Amino acid sequence: MAQKSKFNWSRHSQLMLPLVSILLIVVFNLLRDPSFFSIEIAKNNVGNTVLTGNLISILNGASELAVLAMGMTLVTAACGGQDISVGALAAIAGSVFVKVLRSGEITAGTIVLAFLCCCAVAVVFGAFNGTLVSVFKIQPMIATLVLFTCGRSIAYWINGGATPTVESPLINAIGSFIPGVPIPTPIIIVAVVGILFALLFKFTTLGLYTQTVGINQRAARLNGINTTLIKLLSFMILGVCCAVAGCIGVSRLGLINHETLLLEIEMDAILAVAIGGNALGGGKFKVSSSVLGAYAIQALTITLYAMKVPSTAVKAYKAIVIILIVVIGSPVVKAQLSRLWKKLSGGRKAKEAAHNEAQ
Amino acid sequence: MKRSNQLKRREPLTDTQLLLTITICIFFAMYGLAMLIWGGGFLRFQQVFDMLNNNAALIIVACGLTIVMIGGGIDISVGGVTALVVMSCIVHMNNGGSIFTAALLAIGIGLCFGLVQGYLISYLEIQPFIITLAGMFFARGMTTIVSLEPQKIAHEGFKALMKTKIEIPWLGYIAKKGNLIPARMELGVVVALVILLVVFVVLKKTRMGRNFYAIGGNSQSALMLGVNVKRTRFWSYLISGLLSGIAGFVFMMHTGAGNATNAAGAEMNAIASAIIGGTLLSGGVGNVIGTFFGVLTLTTIKAIVTTSGLRDPWWQSITTGAMLCFFILLQSVVLSHRAKKKGKGKEGVKA
Repeated sequence: MAQKSKFNWSRHSQLMLPLVSILLIVVFNLLRDPSFFSIEIAKNNVGNTVLTGNLISILNGASELAVLAMGMTLVTAACGGQDISVGALAAIAGSVFVKVLRSGEITAGTIVLAFLCCCAVAVVFGAFNGTLVSVFKIQPMIATLVLFTCGRSIAYWINGGATPTVESPLINAIGSFIPGVPIPTPIIIVAVVGILFALLFKFTTLGLYTQTVGINQRAARLNGINTTLIKLLSFMILGVCCAVAGCIGVSRLGLINHETLLLEIEMDAILAVAIGGNALGGGKFKVSSSVLGAYAIQALTITLYAMKVPSTAVKAYKAIVIILIVVIGSPVVKAQLSRLWKKLSGGRKAKEAAHNEAQ
Repeated sequence: MKRSNQLKRREPLTDTQLLLTITICIFFAMYGLAMLIWGGGFLRFQQVFDMLNNNAALIIVACGLTIVMIGGGIDISVGGVTALVVMSCIVHMNNGGSIFTAALLAIGIGLCFGLVQGYLISYLEIQPFIITLAGMFFARGMTTIVSLEPQKIAHEGFKALMKTKIEIPWLGYIAKKGNLIPARMELGVVVALVILLVVFVVLKKTRMGRNFYAIGGNSQSALMLGVNVKRTRFWSYLISGLLSGIAGFVFMMHTGAGNATNAAGAEMNAIASAIIGGTLLSGGVGNVIGTFFGVLTLTTIKAIVTTSGLRDPWWQSITTGAMLCFFILLQSVVLSHRAKKKGKGKEGVKA
């Protein structure tokens, strides 16, 4: 019995950290305001029947973060480092998306074309990062510092410095709601991307190889795995994720602002990976866990907004909660807590034994 | 005795020295080229002093970051702490505080961040990136809580301190009217240079300084050699926090105004400077002199871009990015080439 519970713990322990943090936030909110998570059916200003409520806005708002967190998990696992250029890359992808859309009439066909174009551009930039990391063996954070520094300037250059708008009901449908579907489209997009990731891991050996490369690169190479290719692939997949996130971001607002689109999201994405319990030094990973981490971050942000914390000060409170979560999750604290628990329960057992003997 | 010393000199350069030499050579080559092509401002010593005046705070921050990076860690809270110090000190002085208590406040805030982050990272073994990221969020958030509106310094004594400049006549130049304009250096630069020197000596000559290299190079073997790895790591973050506090004060002496976006991106600039200066993020390799030249190189690139007429702001960051890419690639190629020569180059740069 004890053995079985131990086995379950070790297998699913990675999911515990994000789940516990979400649970804490949920419980806190329910205590504060029981109606916090109520979902209502309402009509939006276009006249669609849609679902509204804090829960929906958490799921909706975290869409870009969740998509980026999936790609970031893969890069973290394969390379043992993080990509800090995702926000800049998403801005580049968004700029390309808008640029292609504005060159002609906006139809479903051109949207697909624009998406493919921005995917291609993002994959090229991802491959650039990946080449620096895999071929030239530079730490990911430094290699992506290059694109982090100049990425938004490239985005600025693509659209000639303006912040052009795209107005079309189709773009609106991607950014908010498809007529007749009550769930916000970004949530559906995240679900689709998630399913694609699941299929990728199910039907290819990418997941296993990534993990192997992350745990021991030399051993992986001696076993015939092309470590360079795996690292490069992880960055290219992250590029696609950036393109998806950029398109969602652009569609939400109907315009591209290269300065503010997904600003500082790289920090949140790395945080999502960390809260998801993935080792930032590479190796074992769980994409689903990172996605949960992304939702935990967004839930925290929405909670703070609901508590009337000014938007500029949200960061400070967020930092405190993050530190609390990682301190609880730290191996040293865990070990000490379990030692303390053993001591307490051991003491109780000894007392019981003494009590029994006395009887 | 002397003979043996002379014989020893023929030993090949260490990685640190090699990267440092490359950086210094490139800086002088670039500056010399700028002098040849554009002349004008580049020919005056004031140009160098302007670079130092504008970047005194960055130099201090980058010194702290270099120590952390040599120890194999990372601290991205430095820019946030700097901004928080600037804002708090200005609000403190505008509400009747003296310069002395403001300086204490600056050092106190820096030490607090260093203490907490250092403890969490070294004794609770949490990843430094996450902790210092949270530190950055906290500092940035607190800055807006302290004051959302931009603040301007109103303290008379401090204004006088800001205007105090060290004049060096023999490095000045003759203006068109014929009068000599001496080179001017702000007090912050003196602070920065003193700190640079102190950090250099600490890293080179003291036991603690050598310990930073030891834990960054290989913490396992450092532990076996009897280095207190946890305490050394703790100290590196403490020093970094302290230096960002001081940097905040120096930043305030330069700008005299507080803003929620003060020192935005300072952490990335500092990391970039350290990398250009030959410090490796993987730890164990690095030098503050290199970091100093890294800051100068970054500034020179920006100065060249502005002088050459590309006034669009995006040119600056694109050239900075390209330059960074160049340096990173150069380091990678040079180090892996050396590693191959040594015959142990199986892991590339990490060797």
